[in-house]
Amino acid sequence: MSIVASIARTTVVEAVRNRLLWLTVAVVVLAFGLAQFLAQVAIAETMEIQAALLAAPLRVAAVFIVAVFVITSMVRESNDKITELLLSLPAPRSAYFFGKFAGYASVALIVALLCALPLAFLAKPSGLALWGASLVCELLIVTAMSLFCVLTLAQVVPAFAAVAGFYLLSRSMTAMQIIAAAPLHEPTLADRIVKTIVESIAFLLPALDGMTQTAWLLGGVSLGFASAVFGQTAIYLVLLCSAALFDLYRRNF
Amino acid sequence: MTAQRPLSSVPRVVVSLLVFGLAAQIALRASGPAPSAAAEDLPPAPSAGVLRLASFGDPVALAKGLMLYLQAFDYQSGSKVPYRDLDYDRLETWLARVLELDPLAQYPLMAASRLYAEVPDDSKQRSMLEFIYRQFLLDPNRRWPWLAHATALAKHRLHDLPLARRYARAIQQHAIAANVPLWARQMEAFILEDMDELETARLIIGGYIQSGDVRDPGELRFLEERLKALEARSRLDGGKARKSVN
Repeated sequence: MSIVASIARTTVVEAVRNRLLWLTVAVVVLAFGLAQFLAQVAIAETMEIQAALLAAPLRVAAVFIVAVFVITSMVRESNDKITELLLSLPAPRSAYFFGKFAGYASVALIVALLCALPLAFLAKPSGLALWGASLVCELLIVTAMSLFCVLTLAQVVPAFAAVAGFYLLSRSMTAMQIIAAAPLHEPTLADRIVKTIVESIAFLLPALDGMTQTAWLLGGVSLGFASAVFGQTAIYLVLLCSAALFDLYRRNF
Repeated sequence: MTAQRPLSSVPRVVVSLLVFGLAAQIALRASGPAPSAAAEDLPPAPSAGVLRLASFGDPVALAKGLMLYLQAFDYQSGSKVPYRDLDYDRLETWLARVLELDPLAQYPLMAASRLYAEVPDDSKQRSMLEFIYRQFLLDPNRRWPWLAHATALAKHRLHDLPLARRYARAIQQHAIAANVPLWARQMEAFILEDMDELETARLIIGGYIQSGDVRDPGELRFLEERLKALEARSRLDGGKARKSVN
């Protein structure tokens, strides 16, 4: 078995032994119960309300679980000097990185599938398929960002704060662009500077606000959404993985 | 902290991929359509209970955020969405929810009176003015400026003097705090004057002067001059009426 596959396998085993998957199942059951409870008070569109109330918190919970797992696992490994041990193997640093990324990506895939499972009773199959695939893409971006941040910042709190900031900013960037683009009064120099800064930041962030939409579960799915999601994920993964590798190759252990 | 390794330790393929990824990301975002908000996209406002739940115990912060959210529907890159294209029933519910979350906020009623009530659409203008009136009644001493603006709109834009009088009378009757200026409470008299209800206007202005609330000498002089002018107009009107009877 290659080093990449071995590292990936041990990462998945770590997730299983940390009871990460049980935690995900517990979160899914809890969210499902809460959605059932809240749907009791609905007098119309019960299925739609249940699907929406289940999908939105599950997406956020999945992002949180994956980000925290990646960051804490990498920091623990670094503190236990396992990183140094793995890097001393006769393989390039990229093998270590891609091994870890493949392992975390597998965990993200399992978490996304577990989150999509209860929605199978509430949503249309085509919408659910796109929603699930988009959640996998979103979690892959979060995984790569968490890896990049933890390799650069090396501490749990700064790394998690950076990932959380990145995620929230990416999700709200479109609204911020709309507000910055049209001030209430005649635009001043300060307004133009703010608009330029906001647009520059938007260029560097992935369009997460167009991913994993609850509306897809309720109908209105087109192939255009899928290609936009997959295209954005592929490009951003290249960017994040190369940035993380850049830092990893320059780092002295 | 250990020093970093030299740049030459980074494989060229990694640097190339980094540059490619960055360029591709910028190209992807640049090629996409500019974000825009369409007026018909304004969704129904959630219930107050759901919003309180979503505020995590800090409703004021959520209210401020919601106002910015509403603002995002009024504007889009490059050009403004005409306010008249907004669904006013939904808009009113959103504004009411923001006020429920943050009753001290002035922004929702400012937006209602100065932005949404100034559309060139009579029915939407009237519905927004009624919204301001209803909200005014919940906290008159704090919200009177927006009903005063609504009074001016009813008088000058809608040319509906009975409606303007109704709002002006509400200010006079309900906004009784010391910080409410007299001009706001005297609006009813001047609207009555415009409606040619001279006798009622005269009685109201006379009542102000006699009440002792007016202490500013300049304001008192102005009201007395106004009262004399009204009395003169009343006499003139009375004389004309008698001549026509004879």
